[in-house]
Amino acid sequence: MEKVIDVQHLSKSFGENEILKDIDFSVGKGEVVCIIGASGSGKSTLLRCINLLEKPSGGQILYNGENILDDHHNIYAYRTKLGMVFQQFNLFNNHNVLKNCTIGQIKVLKRSKEEAEKVALKYLKVVGMDQYINAKPRQLSGGQKQRVAIARALSMEPDVMLFDEPTSALDPEMVGEVLTVMKELAKSGLTMLIVTHEMQFAGEVSNRIVFMDKGVIAEEGSPEQIFNAPKQERTKEFLKRVLK
Amino acid sequence: MIWDQILDWFNPMIEFLVQAAKIVEKYWPMLLRGAGMTLFVSILGTIFGTVIGFIIGTIRTIPLAERGFKRGILKIINAILSAYVEFFRGTPMIVQASVIYYGSLMALGIDMDRTFAAVFIVSINTGAYMTEIIRGGIISIDKGQFEAAHAIGMNHTKTMFHVILPQVMRNILPALGNEFVINIKDTSVLNVIAVTELFFQTKSIAGNTFKYFETYFVTCLMYLAMTLIVTRILRHVERKMDGPDSFNIIPGNQMQVAKPEDLLKKK
Repeated sequence: MEKVIDVQHLSKSFGENEILKDIDFSVGKGEVVCIIGASGSGKSTLLRCINLLEKPSGGQILYNGENILDDHHNIYAYRTKLGMVFQQFNLFNNHNVLKNCTIGQIKVLKRSKEEAEKVALKYLKVVGMDQYINAKPRQLSGGQKQRVAIARALSMEPDVMLFDEPTSALDPEMVGEVLTVMKELAKSGLTMLIVTHEMQFAGEVSNRIVFMDKGVIAEEGSPEQIFNAPKQERTKEFLKRVLK
Repeated sequence: MIWDQILDWFNPMIEFLVQAAKIVEKYWPMLLRGAGMTLFVSILGTIFGTVIGFIIGTIRTIPLAERGFKRGILKIINAILSAYVEFFRGTPMIVQASVIYYGSLMALGIDMDRTFAAVFIVSINTGAYMTEIIRGGIISIDKGQFEAAHAIGMNHTKTMFHVILPQVMRNILPALGNEFVINIKDTSVLNVIAVTELFFQTKSIAGNTFKYFETYFVTCLMYLAMTLIVTRILRHVERKMDGPDSFNIIPGNQMQVAKPEDLLKKK
């Protein structure tokens, strides 16, 4: 399979604290990969390193074969190829729903306002938020905010979508609406990399599951293999704790 | 008689008000011109000061590069800017006015227009305060806002202009109003360089009429009126910026999580 993102020997430390240790990991085109693991295992940091919100301490990240950690690589252009969905939504508080989805297209991709609005509406429809284009973020519920955040990322028409625990900050009754949207996206063939604590969801949508523990990838494999026949002792232990 | 006693008691007060009214009647053009100058200097000073504050506050929050030439330059600029802030916050405006006005006249031989000097002094003074207010405003914006902007490919400048500074502007409006009110009052110190603002005019009138209490009383009310009006206007602007509490739902097909098949087709 064609590798879109290929992470090689990636490491990241905050001071003395080594969060990621020699990570080798790749995402193929059209693949849906879920990263699971305990809090503090480094899964969010890995995701944030991939779009350079955290600067890796060592190693390489290849995007379509090009090393984006190269000094001359334009990280702003690279980031437009990755859609990011945050745990805390992070919608732009000063803009309404529509503007949240158009501003990146207009200011970064240099699309015209008309085109940007057309694209934004298309994806707002995908997440079921097209009726709320006039609302400000503070007027929306958590689930609605997260769906707009997904539409905002999709509006940039990225190659890969990164989800950083997209349902962890939501009230239980709102988790469903966000997961439904994500399942639909996964079915559509979008390349997705998801950090999540929702094990059932991970099992349903992903082609591959990566289990991280203490800064390393402890085990990876198909959902069936990871959930039904984990090879590593620590994977078994983790699953026993979360699947109770 | 009790009525006479009450009248006796009120007489000085009525006399005082009559005198005050006479001063207003006779000197109102002078007073109005003074108030106009006060407003002119404080409005321009607040606007320029805010612009200075936004520029410097933004520069001071640029993240330092890890190494290299840029880091050095930024460090030097930051040191200069922080000296500017410390100096103008740490000295009284009345002294700054004298030093700058007489200093440029005597040491540099520049005879500044007094009104220009007034606006200049109030601007850089306000700028020093606004810098810190805006720096605080930028720091207080949630880190997630920066990250979200970076994640869709915005650089630092775009992030600032389209996401952060509009939010800072809203958040600092109360502090900005505060600065404006302070400026209306503090321009009175500019009388030391003979700027014809309200306090200067009042002093001249009082010196002519020897009616100190009455004259300053009228001026006092004029300052109060100006600050109250300005405060009300800014409140209104704040509410305007917040927008309505409700929003319109665009009627259309009910909440269907649309099938992203078209999404696939596009690729």
